[in-house]
Amino acid sequence: MTVRLNILAGGALALSVLAFGIPSPGAEPRVHEIVIDKLAFGPAPEALHVNNTVEWVNADIFRHTVTATNGSFDVDLPAGAKGRTILKRASVVDYFCRFHPGMKGRLEVAP
Amino acid sequence: MFRFGTWLFVSILCFAAASAMAQGHKPPTDAQIADIAYTAGQIDIEQAIDALKKAHNKAVHSYAEEMIRDHLAVNNKILTLLDKLNVEMEDNDTSKTMYQEAHLKRDELRALSGTAFDKAYAENEVAYHEAVNGALESTLIPSAQNPQLKSLLETGLKLFKEHLKHAEHLVDELK
Ligand SMILES: [Cu+2]
Repeated sequence: MTVRLNILAGGALALSVLAFGIPSPGAEPRVHEIVIDKLAFGPAPEALHVNNTVEWVNADIFRHTVTATNGSFDVDLPAGAKGRTILKRASVVDYFCRFHPGMKGRLEVAP
Repeated sequence: MFRFGTWLFVSILCFAAASAMAQGHKPPTDAQIADIAYTAGQIDIEQAIDALKKAHNKAVHSYAEEMIRDHLAVNNKILTLLDKLNVEMEDNDTSKTMYQEAHLKRDELRALSGTAFDKAYAENEVAYHEAVNGALESTLIPSAQNPQLKSLLETGLKLFKEHLKHAEHLVDELK
């Protein structure tokens, strides 16, 4: 029975590759770090892709947030904390800190 | 009346910072600068403690929480640095005047409630951070001798400028 299920699953995978083509290149998982220091977001990493992760590192003694203007993520970062955002879509996302409105940044996510 | 009160407070704070510098034509020492910066933070913390009890609007409440958190972080940093440098804070006329003025302001705000309180608190936060930032830029940072103290005050100024923006947003929201 298990074998039969595996065969079915394999068949479904083969079908989906046929239907949607080969997954696009560059979409391998990777973790990029953005450090927050002295009330500023560090520079955005170049070449962000879907399936990548951004790890936010709050090196400040202040609590910050990383809040997307389009609502796609909102990470709370107490002083010294780390947080993660998985990039699930190709898009350009602006973000800011809810506590310190002058703190701003942008992620440009390619497929 | 409120506007006049704010103006009076701001002018006294600026005057206090300037007069400290003029005292015997000597700029404030690091021990006095640390005391002034610490007092400035403490004033905003005490005002925020009041605001937590009185705030009507959710955004005002969360702003007050932020003030306590951020100013406490800076003040603890000042204490740690002074410990390290083996320097005692030195009480001075500027700190005393600021603290007295803040008490008057707090009493004024305590007489208000509901939305009137929220508005007055937010407007005072704008005026207060403007005044403190002015004192930091014109007197405290240029006079600081120890590079670590100077750098801490610069981070403080950056933070307080963010607080000023945040308070300005609040004032706009409450209009
Ligand atoms: Cu922040």
